[in-house]
Amino acid sequence: MNILKILDKLSDDKFFTKEATRLETITGISNFGKKAAMSAVPLGLGVLMSTPAKAETTSSSSAMAFKSTLTDALQLALTLEYLEDEYYRIGLATPGLIQTADRAIFSQISKHETAHVAFLKSALTSLGENPKSKPTFDFTVKGNFMPFTDYQQFLILAQAFEDTGVRAYKGQAGNVMSNKDVLTAALQIHSVEARHASEVRRLRGNKGWIELANGGNMPSATDAVYAGEGATVQAGFNTASAFGPEAGSASFDEVLSGTDAAAIAGLFIVA
Amino acid sequence: MKKTISVSNQGATLDTNRRNFLKLSGVGLAIAGLALVGCNDDDMIIDNNMGPVFDLGKGDVGVLNYAYALEQLEADFYTKVVNSFYTGITDAEKQVFTDIYRHEVIHRDFFKAAIGGAAPNAILPTLEFQYPNVDFKSRASVLATAKALEDTGVAAYNGAGRYIANADYLVIAGKIVSVEARHAAAIRDLINPKSSDFSGDDVINAMGLDLAKEPKDIVAAAGGFFKTPFTWKERGIS
Repeated sequence: MNILKILDKLSDDKFFTKEATRLETITGISNFGKKAAMSAVPLGLGVLMSTPAKAETTSSSSAMAFKSTLTDALQLALTLEYLEDEYYRIGLATPGLIQTADRAIFSQISKHETAHVAFLKSALTSLGENPKSKPTFDFTVKGNFMPFTDYQQFLILAQAFEDTGVRAYKGQAGNVMSNKDVLTAALQIHSVEARHASEVRRLRGNKGWIELANGGNMPSATDAVYAGEGATVQAGFNTASAFGPEAGSASFDEVLSGTDAAAIAGLFIVA
Repeated sequence: MKKTISVSNQGATLDTNRRNFLKLSGVGLAIAGLALVGCNDDDMIIDNNMGPVFDLGKGDVGVLNYAYALEQLEADFYTKVVNSFYTGITDAEKQVFTDIYRHEVIHRDFFKAAIGGAAPNAILPTLEFQYPNVDFKSRASVLATAKALEDTGVAAYNGAGRYIANADYLVIAGKIVSVEARHAAAIRDLINPKSSDFSGDDVINAMGLDLAKEPKDIVAAAGGFFKTPFTWKERGIS
């Protein structure tokens, strides 16, 4: 597409003023990002006409970098949702694993994770990105865990996944805040994961919230999920002064960086 | 004699430089609409609106004050709960309510300190609350009210995120909302254990998304608890 056609499109009033549904808004923004990126390369017509491939692959424009941070966040979220979705599907399908009284809880959780996978795939598609395909998971981590033969281990990993999910979404909020609809949806998923986490924790005899950096009868292999959760200073305010560090640390959940979240998920991915 | 004063904090801004987190610059107070109406002894004008109505403010100040208002409500409610536990409360339930009470007080005090430090002339004052339909002696009544407050808190934070400009404030809001969601699930679990209610279809839709509500819808829904009125003109609440 040559530069003159790009400029024509940008001056098309309809592009800027049409009423849009939420997903259309996302699409509109994503298309705008693509076109802006192409026009950010040196404007010598010779460059565009002779090397169109070079023009499209530049990574130096801020519009592309902005959008890449946003879509990277969604790809990470999708990976985590694939993980949870598959985990609960297998768990629910394994005869005799989940105690009958608890099935309604895990059916509900599973239903949500399936919905989250679908939602994130369509959000990425709307943004012009191909959603990553589902990785191959090994929830036994080369035989170190037996979540599908031992219900207590199933619960342990479920708690770890949910508490990780809460922290991971929180860690990406800044990366998606450039798109208010995506941000809102991320918040709406994030609080669902927190509800899940609370319930699974309580099933295990824990409180629904995390006190100190202690997951609550969790194996040391899951330490990374809770590292930093003992924080008792928030923006300079001492949260422990009123009632001590347990209440102080529990009143705020902590972020997990994309790198740390990916590392935790990576333990369970073989390909 | 009747006079009307409306106080706004037009011009209040927050320095959004991350290194100056929560530092304020350029607070302006505008006093508008002062009107004196003379009357004689034969005209009795009964005015129940006895003072100025606080406006939450503009930009991030407004959002922080909004969060502060909701945390004040929750802290107030749970203080009443723990000061007089309902009849027949179990030890496990006492622990849950004591923990939630502590968290909400911490949240409230956090916002008081943060906004008070950054925007001392624009901070929401201490509000008064009322619970006309709540029976603090009744387990069902207390649990139902707690459930409504926690779900409201989640929906409020989820709906307000888009209005936050400063990324650090957004993270703070994120750190709090997930705790409110943990509270909500726990309360719902107490009401209907071992069911799907902890994350029920009444709050989570077919796409797996929790509630997110506009500030004016939250204030309309929770307004009955607020005895002290306030406005948030920037978000259409007047």
